[in-house]
Amino acid sequence: MNIVEVNQLSKTFELHILHDKMIPALHDIEFDIAEGEIIGLTGKSGSGKSSLMKCLYRTYLATGGEILYYSRGGVINLVKASDHEIIALRRSEIRYCSQFLSVIPRVSAIDVVAEPLARTEKNRDLARSKAKDLLEALGLPTALWDAFPVTFSGGEQQRINVARAIIARPRLLLIDEPTASLDQRTKDVVIGLIRDLKQEGTSVLCISHDEYTLERLADRRLHLQSGQITHAITESI
Amino acid sequence: MSALLRVRNLTKIYGEPGERTLEQTGPEWNSNICPETDSIVACAGVSFDLYPGEVLGIVGESGSGKSTVVKLLYFDMEKTAGSAWLRPYNDGRTNMLEASGQQKRYIRNHLMGTVYQNPRDGLNFSFSSGGNIAEKLIMAGSLHVGSIRERASFLLEKTEVPVRRMDDTPASFSGGMQQRVQIAKAIANNPPLLFLDEVTTGLDVSVQAKVLDLIRELQQELGIAMIVVSHDLSVIRMLTDRTLVMKHGRVVESGLTDQILQDPQHAYTQLLVSSLL
Repeated sequence: MNIVEVNQLSKTFELHILHDKMIPALHDIEFDIAEGEIIGLTGKSGSGKSSLMKCLYRTYLATGGEILYYSRGGVINLVKASDHEIIALRRSEIRYCSQFLSVIPRVSAIDVVAEPLARTEKNRDLARSKAKDLLEALGLPTALWDAFPVTFSGGEQQRINVARAIIARPRLLLIDEPTASLDQRTKDVVIGLIRDLKQEGTSVLCISHDEYTLERLADRRLHLQSGQITHAITESI
Repeated sequence: MSALLRVRNLTKIYGEPGERTLEQTGPEWNSNICPETDSIVACAGVSFDLYPGEVLGIVGESGSGKSTVVKLLYFDMEKTAGSAWLRPYNDGRTNMLEASGQQKRYIRNHLMGTVYQNPRDGLNFSFSSGGNIAEKLIMAGSLHVGSIRERASFLLEKTEVPVRRMDDTPASFSGGMQQRVQIAKAIANNPPLLFLDEVTTGLDVSVQAKVLDLIRELQQELGIAMIVVSHDLSVIRMLTDRTLVMKHGRVVESGLTDQILQDPQHAYTQLLVSSLL
Protein backbone atom coordinates (compact mmCIF):
# COMPACT_ATOMS: atom_id res chain seq x y z
CA MET A 1 0.00 0.00 0.00
CA ASN A 2 1.32 3.42 -0.93
CA ILE A 3 0.89 6.33 1.41
CA VAL A 4 2.19 8.91 -1.07
CA GLU A 5 2.13 9.04 -4.87
CA VAL A 6 3.87 11.96 -6.53
CA ASN A 7 3.00 12.56 -10.18
CA GLN A 8 4.70 15.02 -12.55
CA LEU A 9 5.46 17.39 -9.75
CA SER A 10 7.14 20.65 -10.67
CA LYS A 11 8.08 23.79 -8.79
CA THR A 12 9.27 27.09 -10.18
CA PHE A 13 9.80 30.18 -8.09
CA GLU A 14 8.66 33.40 -9.68
CA LEU A 15 10.40 36.36 -8.10
CA HIS A 16 8.31 39.43 -8.81
CA ILE A 17 10.68 41.72 -6.99
CA LEU A 18 13.51 40.63 -9.32
CA HIS A 19 11.62 41.53 -12.50
CA ASP A 20 9.60 38.31 -12.49
CA LYS A 21 12.70 36.16 -12.63
CA MET A 22 11.87 32.46 -12.87
CA ILE A 23 13.90 29.98 -10.85
CA PRO A 24 13.16 26.33 -11.65
CA ALA A 25 13.54 24.07 -8.61
CA LEU A 26 11.83 20.77 -9.42
CA HIS A 27 10.88 19.17 -12.71
CA ASP A 28 8.72 16.16 -13.50
CA ILE A 29 9.17 14.40 -10.17
CA GLU A 30 7.57 10.94 -9.96
CA PHE A 31 7.83 8.54 -7.04
CA ASP A 32 5.80 6.64 -4.47
CA ILE A 33 6.30 6.02 -0.78
CA ALA A 34 4.94 2.75 0.57
CA GLU A 35 3.56 2.34 4.06
CA GLY A 36 6.40 1.65 6.49
CA GLU A 37 9.05 2.49 3.90
CA ILE A 38 12.07 4.67 4.54
CA ILE A 39 13.33 6.55 1.49
CA GLY A 40 16.70 8.27 1.55
CA LEU A 41 16.72 11.47 -0.49
CA THR A 42 20.17 12.40 -1.74
CA GLY A 43 21.75 14.97 -4.02
CA LYS A 44 24.09 17.94 -3.94
CA SER A 45 23.18 21.19 -2.20
CA GLY A 46 20.73 23.06 -4.38
CA SER A 47 19.54 19.95 -6.19
CA GLY A 48 16.02 20.44 -4.83
CA LYS A 49 15.85 18.02 -1.89
CA SER A 50 14.46 20.50 0.61
CA SER A 51 12.15 22.02 -2.01
CA LEU A 52 10.66 18.60 -2.67
CA MET A 53 10.15 18.00 1.01
CA LYS A 54 8.57 21.41 1.50
CA CYS A 55 6.20 20.77 -1.43
CA LEU A 56 5.06 17.62 0.37
CA TYR A 57 4.48 19.62 3.56
CA ARG A 58 2.86 22.47 1.58
CA THR A 59 5.29 25.06 2.89
CA TYR A 60 5.94 25.48 -0.83
CA LEU A 61 3.08 25.56 -3.32
CA ALA A 62 3.84 23.20 -6.20
CA THR A 63 3.57 24.78 -9.65
CA GLY A 64 2.27 21.64 -11.37
CA GLY A 65 1.50 17.97 -10.87
CA GLU A 66 -0.08 16.23 -7.93
CA ILE A 67 0.85 14.67 -4.60
CA LEU A 68 -1.69 12.06 -3.59
CA TYR A 69 -1.66 11.35 0.12
CA TYR A 70 -3.65 8.38 1.42
CA SER A 71 -4.81 9.73 4.77
CA ARG A 72 -6.83 7.80 7.34
CA GLY A 73 -9.86 9.67 6.05
CA GLY A 74 -9.25 9.08 2.33
CA VAL A 75 -7.03 10.29 -0.48
CA ILE A 76 -6.08 13.97 -0.62
CA ASN A 77 -4.08 15.85 -3.25
CA LEU A 78 -1.68 17.87 -1.12
CA VAL A 79 -1.09 20.32 -3.97
CA LYS A 80 -4.74 21.37 -4.12
CA ALA A 81 -6.07 20.61 -0.64
CA SER A 82 -7.53 23.50 1.36
CA ASP A 83 -5.41 25.13 4.04
CA HIS A 84 -7.73 23.71 6.70
CA GLU A 85 -7.28 20.17 5.38
CA ILE A 86 -3.51 20.62 5.49
CA ILE A 87 -3.62 21.99 9.04
CA ALA A 88 -5.64 18.97 10.14
CA LEU A 89 -3.16 16.55 8.51
CA ARG A 90 -0.19 18.33 10.05
CA ARG A 91 -1.77 17.96 13.47
CA SER A 92 -2.57 14.29 13.16
CA GLU A 93 -0.52 12.53 10.46
CA ILE A 94 2.30 14.41 8.74
CA ARG A 95 5.32 15.79 10.54
CA TYR A 96 8.13 17.85 9.08
CA CYS A 97 11.47 18.10 10.80
CA SER A 98 13.68 20.81 9.35
CA GLN A 99 17.43 20.85 9.41
CA PHE A 100 17.53 23.71 11.84
CA LEU A 101 15.40 24.13 14.88
CA SER A 102 12.91 26.94 14.50
CA VAL A 103 10.67 27.01 17.49
CA ILE A 104 8.69 29.47 19.45
CA PRO A 105 11.04 31.40 21.72
CA ARG A 106 10.89 31.19 25.50
CA VAL A 107 9.47 27.69 25.64
CA SER A 108 11.47 25.09 27.58
CA ALA A 109 13.10 22.17 25.76
CA ILE A 110 10.74 19.71 27.38
CA ASP A 111 7.65 21.66 26.32
CA VAL A 112 8.96 22.14 22.79
CA VAL A 113 9.26 18.37 22.49
CA ALA A 114 5.98 17.61 24.27
CA GLU A 115 3.87 20.11 22.34
CA PRO A 116 2.84 17.98 19.30
CA LEU A 117 1.75 15.11 21.55
CA ALA A 118 0.00 17.42 24.02
CA ARG A 119 -2.06 18.69 21.08
CA THR A 120 -3.23 15.26 19.97
CA GLU A 121 -3.52 13.58 23.36
CA LYS A 122 -4.87 16.58 25.28
CA ASN A 123 -2.81 15.39 28.22
CA ARG A 124 0.10 17.62 29.05
CA ASP A 125 1.58 15.51 31.85
CA LEU A 126 1.65 12.37 29.73
CA ALA A 127 3.22 14.31 26.86
CA ARG A 128 5.87 15.77 29.16
CA SER A 129 6.78 12.40 30.60
CA LYS A 130 7.16 10.94 27.12
CA ALA A 131 9.25 13.95 26.16
CA LYS A 132 11.54 13.24 29.12
CA ASP A 133 11.97 9.63 28.02
CA LEU A 134 12.98 10.77 24.55
CA LEU A 135 15.40 13.43 25.76
CA GLU A 136 16.93 10.89 28.11
CA ALA A 137 17.35 8.34 25.31
CA LEU A 138 18.95 11.05 23.16
CA GLY A 139 21.34 11.94 25.95
CA LEU A 140 20.37 15.57 26.38
CA PRO A 141 21.79 16.70 29.76
CA THR A 142 18.97 17.01 32.32
CA ALA A 143 20.18 20.50 33.22
CA LEU A 144 18.97 21.64 29.79
CA TRP A 145 15.45 20.23 29.95
CA ASP A 146 13.97 23.39 31.42
CA ALA A 147 16.18 25.75 29.41
CA PHE A 148 15.25 27.47 26.15
CA PRO A 149 16.60 25.66 23.06
CA VAL A 150 17.47 28.92 21.24
CA THR A 151 20.72 29.04 23.23
CA PHE A 152 21.64 25.37 22.66
CA SER A 153 24.50 24.06 20.56
CA GLY A 154 23.82 22.69 17.06
CA GLY A 155 23.83 19.06 18.18
CA GLU A 156 21.58 19.74 21.15
CA GLN A 157 19.09 21.61 18.99
CA GLN A 158 19.17 18.75 16.51
CA ARG A 159 18.14 16.29 19.21
CA ILE A 160 15.27 18.53 20.33
CA ASN A 161 14.19 18.73 16.73
CA VAL A 162 14.20 14.97 16.20
CA ALA A 163 12.43 14.29 19.49
CA ARG A 164 9.72 16.81 18.62
CA ALA A 165 9.24 15.26 15.20
CA ILE A 166 8.75 11.70 16.39
CA ILE A 167 6.97 12.07 19.73
CA ALA A 168 3.46 12.04 18.27
CA ARG A 169 4.26 9.04 16.04
CA PRO A 170 3.28 10.52 12.68
CA ARG A 171 2.16 8.36 9.74
CA LEU A 172 4.46 10.27 7.40
CA LEU A 173 7.70 11.76 8.63
CA LEU A 174 9.62 14.23 6.48
CA ILE A 175 13.01 14.63 8.06
CA ASP A 176 15.90 16.79 6.87
CA GLU A 177 19.43 15.72 7.88
CA PRO A 178 18.49 14.12 11.20
CA THR A 179 22.03 13.06 12.09
CA ALA A 180 24.19 15.81 10.57
CA SER A 181 25.66 17.34 13.71
CA LEU A 182 25.52 14.35 16.06
CA ASP A 183 28.23 12.15 17.55
CA GLN A 184 28.33 8.45 16.73
CA ARG A 185 26.44 7.24 19.78
CA THR A 186 23.59 9.74 19.42
CA LYS A 187 23.47 9.06 15.70
CA ASP A 188 22.79 5.40 16.47
CA VAL A 189 20.05 6.36 18.91
CA VAL A 190 18.34 8.57 16.31
CA ILE A 191 18.61 5.82 13.69
CA GLY A 192 17.11 3.37 16.20
CA LEU A 193 14.20 5.70 17.03
CA ILE A 194 13.34 6.19 13.36
CA ARG A 195 13.54 2.43 12.74
CA ASP A 196 11.15 1.91 15.68
CA LEU A 197 8.67 4.23 14.01
CA LYS A 198 9.00 2.26 10.79
CA GLN A 199 8.15 -0.92 12.69
CA GLU A 200 4.88 0.73 13.66
CA GLY A 201 4.10 1.56 10.05
CA THR A 202 5.40 5.11 9.72
CA SER A 203 6.72 6.07 6.29
CA VAL A 204 9.78 8.28 6.20
CA LEU A 205 11.35 10.54 3.62
CA CYS A 206 14.82 11.38 4.89
CA ILE A 207 17.30 13.83 3.41
CA SER A 208 20.85 12.89 4.27
CA HIS A 209 24.40 13.25 3.10
CA ASP A 210 25.64 10.75 5.64
CA GLU A 211 26.45 7.35 4.15
CA TYR A 212 26.46 5.70 7.59
CA THR A 213 22.90 6.89 8.28
CA LEU A 214 21.62 6.05 4.81
CA GLU A 215 23.04 2.55 4.90
CA ARG A 216 21.32 1.75 8.16
CA LEU A 217 18.08 3.59 7.52
CA ALA A 218 17.04 3.71 3.89
CA ASP A 219 15.12 0.90 2.19
CA ARG A 220 15.55 2.77 -1.05
CA ARG A 221 17.19 5.92 -2.30
CA LEU A 222 16.13 8.73 -4.59
CA HIS A 223 18.84 10.88 -6.08
CA LEU A 224 18.09 14.42 -7.20
CA GLN A 225 20.14 16.34 -9.71
CA SER A 226 19.15 19.85 -10.81
CA GLY A 227 15.59 19.27 -9.68
CA GLN A 228 15.12 15.91 -11.36
CA ILE A 229 15.27 12.35 -10.09
CA THR A 230 18.22 10.68 -11.82
CA HIS A 231 18.12 7.15 -10.57
CA ALA A 232 16.44 5.19 -7.82
CA ILE A 233 18.52 2.50 -6.17
CA THR A 234 16.89 -0.18 -4.09
CA GLU A 235 18.98 -1.11 -1.11
CA SER A 236 19.08 -4.67 0.05
CA ILE A 237 17.94 -4.75 3.64
CA MET B 1 -15.61 20.25 11.64
CA SER B 2 -17.53 23.34 10.64
CA ALA B 3 -16.40 26.96 10.73
CA LEU B 4 -16.83 29.07 13.84
CA LEU B 5 -16.99 32.25 11.77
CA ARG B 6 -17.76 32.60 8.08
CA VAL B 7 -17.15 35.97 6.46
CA ARG B 8 -18.17 36.78 2.89
CA ASN B 9 -17.58 39.84 0.78
CA LEU B 10 -16.98 42.13 3.76
CA THR B 11 -16.82 45.69 2.44
CA LYS B 12 -16.46 49.15 3.94
CA ILE B 13 -16.50 52.26 1.78
CA TYR B 14 -16.33 55.85 3.05
CA GLY B 15 -18.17 58.43 0.97
CA GLU B 16 -20.55 57.79 -1.89
CA PRO B 17 -19.22 55.04 -4.13
CA GLY B 18 -20.07 55.00 -7.83
CA GLU B 19 -20.77 51.96 -9.97
CA ARG B 20 -17.12 51.59 -10.93
CA THR B 21 -15.59 52.36 -7.55
CA LEU B 22 -14.66 48.75 -6.80
CA GLU B 23 -13.31 48.17 -10.32
CA GLN B 24 -11.08 51.21 -10.14
CA THR B 25 -9.51 50.65 -6.75
CA GLY B 26 -7.29 48.00 -5.22
CA PRO B 27 -3.72 46.77 -5.59
CA GLU B 28 -3.73 46.90 -9.43
CA TRP B 29 -4.63 50.58 -9.23
CA ASN B 30 -2.20 51.13 -6.40
CA SER B 31 -4.87 53.09 -4.57
CA ASN B 32 -8.01 52.66 -2.54
CA ILE B 33 -9.45 56.04 -3.55
CA CYS B 34 -11.99 55.98 -6.34
CA PRO B 35 -10.81 58.36 -9.11
CA GLU B 36 -14.41 59.25 -10.06
CA THR B 37 -16.14 59.73 -6.73
CA ASP B 38 -13.24 60.19 -4.29
CA SER B 39 -14.85 57.58 -2.05
CA ILE B 40 -12.39 55.52 -0.05
CA VAL B 41 -12.49 51.74 -0.11
CA ALA B 42 -11.24 50.73 3.34
CA CYS B 43 -11.80 47.05 2.58
CA ALA B 44 -13.72 45.15 -0.07
CA GLY B 45 -14.61 41.59 -0.91
CA VAL B 46 -12.95 40.10 2.17
CA SER B 47 -14.01 36.45 2.63
CA PHE B 48 -12.65 33.74 4.89
CA ASP B 49 -13.58 30.92 7.26
CA LEU B 50 -12.23 30.68 10.80
CA TYR B 51 -12.36 27.33 12.54
CA PRO B 52 -12.77 26.78 16.28
CA GLY B 53 -9.42 27.26 18.02
CA GLU B 54 -7.74 28.50 14.85
CA VAL B 55 -5.50 31.56 14.81
CA LEU B 56 -5.76 33.65 11.64
CA GLY B 57 -3.33 36.46 10.92
CA ILE B 58 -4.08 39.55 8.86
CA VAL B 59 -0.94 41.32 7.71
CA GLY B 60 -0.42 44.42 5.63
CA GLU B 61 0.89 47.97 5.75
CA SER B 62 -0.86 50.91 7.46
CA GLY B 63 -4.05 51.73 5.59
CA SER B 64 -4.36 48.33 3.98
CA GLY B 65 -7.71 47.75 5.69
CA LYS B 66 -6.65 45.05 8.11
CA SER B 67 -7.99 46.80 11.23
CA THR B 68 -11.19 47.70 9.40
CA VAL B 69 -11.98 44.01 8.94
CA VAL B 70 -11.76 43.39 12.67
CA LYS B 71 -13.65 46.57 13.58
CA LEU B 72 -16.53 45.63 11.27
CA LEU B 73 -16.75 42.19 12.82
CA TYR B 74 -16.72 43.62 16.35
CA PHE B 75 -19.41 46.15 15.33
CA ASP B 76 -17.15 49.13 16.02
CA MET B 77 -18.01 50.21 12.48
CA GLU B 78 -20.98 49.68 10.19
CA LYS B 79 -20.35 47.60 7.10
CA THR B 80 -21.17 48.84 3.62
CA ALA B 81 -21.78 45.31 2.36
CA GLY B 82 -21.07 41.72 3.29
CA SER B 83 -22.12 38.97 5.65
CA ALA B 84 -20.72 37.21 8.68
CA TRP B 85 -22.12 34.17 10.42
CA LEU B 86 -20.93 33.19 13.89
CA ARG B 87 -21.84 29.63 14.82
CA PRO B 88 -22.78 30.22 18.47
CA TYR B 89 -25.13 33.01 17.38
CA ASN B 90 -28.42 31.47 16.24
CA ASP B 91 -26.57 28.35 15.04
CA GLY B 92 -24.80 30.38 12.39
CA ARG B 93 -28.03 30.92 10.46
CA THR B 94 -28.27 34.70 10.84
CA ASN B 95 -25.96 37.29 9.30
CA MET B 96 -24.74 38.96 12.49
CA LEU B 97 -23.88 42.17 10.64
CA GLU B 98 -27.62 42.66 10.05
CA ALA B 99 -28.59 41.95 13.65
CA SER B 100 -30.40 44.53 15.80
CA GLY B 101 -28.43 46.77 18.16
CA GLN B 102 -29.56 44.72 21.14
CA GLN B 103 -28.48 41.47 19.50
CA LYS B 104 -25.13 42.96 18.52
CA ARG B 105 -24.53 43.95 22.13
CA TYR B 106 -25.32 40.40 23.18
CA ILE B 107 -22.85 38.99 20.63
CA ARG B 108 -20.14 41.45 21.66
CA ASN B 109 -20.52 40.74 25.34
CA HIS B 110 -20.94 36.98 25.25
CA LEU B 111 -19.29 35.66 22.13
CA MET B 112 -16.35 37.96 21.35
CA GLY B 113 -13.56 39.89 22.93
CA THR B 114 -11.22 42.43 21.47
CA VAL B 115 -7.86 43.89 22.38
CA TYR B 116 -6.96 47.20 20.77
CA GLN B 117 -3.56 48.64 20.04
CA ASN B 118 -4.31 51.59 22.30
CA PRO B 119 -5.44 50.48 25.78
CA ARG B 120 -7.54 53.64 26.01
CA ASP B 121 -9.85 52.24 23.33
CA GLY B 122 -10.52 49.07 25.28
CA LEU B 123 -10.39 50.30 28.86
CA ASN B 124 -12.12 53.04 30.78
CA PHE B 125 -9.29 54.89 32.52
CA SER B 126 -11.60 56.40 35.12
CA PHE B 127 -12.49 52.92 36.41
CA SER B 128 -10.19 50.65 38.37
CA SER B 129 -8.69 47.70 36.50
CA GLY B 130 -11.02 45.36 38.40
CA GLY B 131 -13.91 47.68 37.55
CA ASN B 132 -13.07 47.43 33.86
CA ILE B 133 -13.33 43.67 33.99
CA ALA B 134 -16.49 43.90 36.09
CA GLU B 135 -18.05 46.09 33.40
CA LYS B 136 -17.66 43.33 30.83
CA LEU B 137 -19.02 40.72 33.26
CA ILE B 138 -22.02 42.88 34.18
CA MET B 139 -22.80 43.48 30.51
CA ALA B 140 -23.02 39.73 30.13
CA GLY B 141 -25.46 39.47 33.02
CA SER B 142 -23.33 38.80 36.14
CA LEU B 143 -24.78 40.71 39.04
CA HIS B 144 -23.28 39.15 42.12
CA VAL B 145 -20.55 41.46 43.45
CA GLY B 146 -18.64 38.72 45.26
CA SER B 147 -18.41 36.44 42.25
CA ILE B 148 -17.54 39.36 39.97
CA ARG B 149 -14.61 40.32 42.22
CA GLU B 150 -13.54 36.71 42.39
CA ARG B 151 -13.61 36.30 38.62
CA ALA B 152 -11.80 39.63 38.12
CA SER B 153 -8.97 38.65 40.44
CA PHE B 154 -8.74 35.23 38.80
CA LEU B 155 -8.40 36.88 35.40
CA LEU B 156 -5.81 39.39 36.60
CA GLU B 157 -3.80 36.57 38.08
CA LYS B 158 -4.06 34.65 34.85
CA THR B 159 -2.76 37.63 32.89
CA GLU B 160 -0.05 38.28 35.48
CA VAL B 161 -1.32 41.64 36.67
CA PRO B 162 -0.66 41.96 40.44
CA VAL B 163 -4.06 41.40 42.06
CA ARG B 164 -3.07 43.91 44.75
CA ARG B 165 -3.47 46.57 42.09
CA MET B 166 -7.01 45.53 41.19
CA ASP B 167 -8.45 48.73 42.63
CA ASP B 168 -6.01 51.05 40.86
CA THR B 169 -6.90 52.64 37.55
CA PRO B 170 -5.02 51.42 34.47
CA ALA B 171 -3.77 54.99 34.02
CA SER B 172 -1.16 54.28 36.69
CA PHE B 173 0.01 51.05 34.95
CA SER B 174 2.83 50.49 32.51
CA GLY B 175 1.96 49.93 28.84
CA GLY B 176 2.48 46.18 29.08
CA MET B 177 0.30 45.93 32.18
CA GLN B 178 -2.46 47.98 30.57
CA GLN B 179 -2.38 45.59 27.66
CA ARG B 180 -2.68 42.62 29.99
CA VAL B 181 -5.69 44.19 31.74
CA GLN B 182 -7.25 44.62 28.30
CA ILE B 183 -6.65 40.94 27.59
CA ALA B 184 -8.16 39.96 30.96
CA LYS B 185 -11.23 42.04 30.13
CA ALA B 186 -11.50 40.62 26.61
CA ILE B 187 -11.53 37.01 27.80
CA ALA B 188 -13.69 37.69 30.88
CA ASN B 189 -16.75 35.88 29.54
CA ASN B 190 -14.87 32.98 27.95
CA PRO B 191 -15.64 34.04 24.40
CA PRO B 192 -14.94 31.54 21.60
CA LEU B 193 -13.52 34.36 19.44
CA LEU B 194 -10.92 37.02 20.21
CA PHE B 195 -9.70 39.90 18.04
CA LEU B 196 -6.19 41.24 18.60
CA ASP B 197 -5.42 44.47 16.78
CA GLU B 198 -1.70 45.37 16.80
CA VAL B 199 -1.54 44.50 20.48
CA THR B 200 2.24 44.62 20.83
CA THR B 201 2.92 47.64 18.66
CA GLY B 202 4.69 50.33 20.66
CA LEU B 203 5.77 48.11 23.54
CA ASP B 204 9.39 47.42 24.49
CA VAL B 205 10.67 44.14 23.06
CA SER B 206 10.83 42.36 26.41
CA VAL B 207 7.29 43.50 27.25
CA GLN B 208 6.17 42.52 23.75
CA ALA B 209 7.55 39.07 24.36
CA LYS B 210 5.60 38.70 27.60
CA VAL B 211 2.33 39.81 26.02
CA LEU B 212 2.84 37.41 23.10
CA ASP B 213 3.65 34.54 25.47
CA LEU B 214 0.49 35.29 27.41
CA ILE B 215 -1.64 35.26 24.25
CA ARG B 216 -0.10 31.98 23.15
CA GLU B 217 -0.65 30.36 26.54
CA LEU B 218 -4.26 31.48 26.68
CA GLN B 219 -4.81 30.19 23.18
CA GLN B 220 -3.39 26.77 24.02
CA GLU B 221 -5.14 26.51 27.34
CA LEU B 222 -8.57 27.87 26.41
CA GLY B 223 -8.59 27.02 22.71
CA ILE B 224 -9.96 30.44 21.73
CA ALA B 225 -10.09 31.18 18.01
CA MET B 226 -8.27 34.42 17.25
CA ILE B 227 -7.84 36.94 14.50
CA VAL B 228 -4.48 38.63 14.91
CA VAL B 229 -3.97 41.89 13.02
CA SER B 230 -0.37 42.98 12.75
CA HIS B 231 2.10 44.64 10.42
CA ASP B 232 4.82 42.64 12.18
CA LEU B 233 5.62 39.37 10.42
CA SER B 234 7.37 37.92 13.45
CA VAL B 235 4.17 38.30 15.49
CA ILE B 236 2.27 36.61 12.67
CA ARG B 237 4.84 33.81 12.47
CA MET B 238 4.74 33.17 16.18
CA LEU B 239 0.99 33.18 16.70
CA THR B 240 -0.89 32.17 13.57
CA ASP B 241 -1.72 29.05 11.55
CA ARG B 242 -3.03 30.88 8.51
CA THR B 243 -2.55 34.37 7.13
CA LEU B 244 -4.35 36.85 4.91
CA VAL B 245 -2.20 39.50 3.24
CA MET B 246 -3.98 42.80 2.55
CA LYS B 247 -3.12 45.76 0.39
CA HIS B 248 -5.27 48.72 -0.57
CA GLY B 249 -8.31 47.19 1.05
CA ARG B 250 -8.12 43.81 -0.70
CA VAL B 251 -6.84 40.40 0.25
CA VAL B 252 -3.99 39.79 -2.21
CA GLU B 253 -2.95 36.41 -0.90
CA SER B 254 -3.96 33.88 1.73
CA GLY B 255 -2.38 30.64 2.84
CA LEU B 256 -0.68 28.68 5.58
CA THR B 257 1.55 31.05 7.51
CA ASP B 258 4.76 29.12 6.79
CA GLN B 259 3.87 29.08 3.09
CA ILE B 260 3.18 32.83 3.05
CA LEU B 261 6.55 33.47 4.70
CA GLN B 262 8.66 30.98 2.74
CA ASP B 263 6.96 30.82 -0.64
CA PRO B 264 4.99 34.06 -1.06
CA GLN B 265 3.19 34.24 -4.41
CA HIS B 266 2.00 37.80 -4.77
CA ALA B 267 4.49 40.56 -5.62
CA TYR B 268 3.43 42.57 -2.58
CA THR B 269 3.88 39.64 -0.20
CA GLN B 270 7.30 38.96 -1.67
CA LEU B 271 8.26 42.57 -1.02
CA LEU B 272 6.87 42.37 2.52
CA VAL B 273 8.74 39.17 3.34
CA SER B 274 11.98 40.44 1.83
CA SER B 275 11.68 43.55 3.99
CA LEU B 276 11.82 41.43 7.13
CA LEU B 277 14.83 42.39 9.20
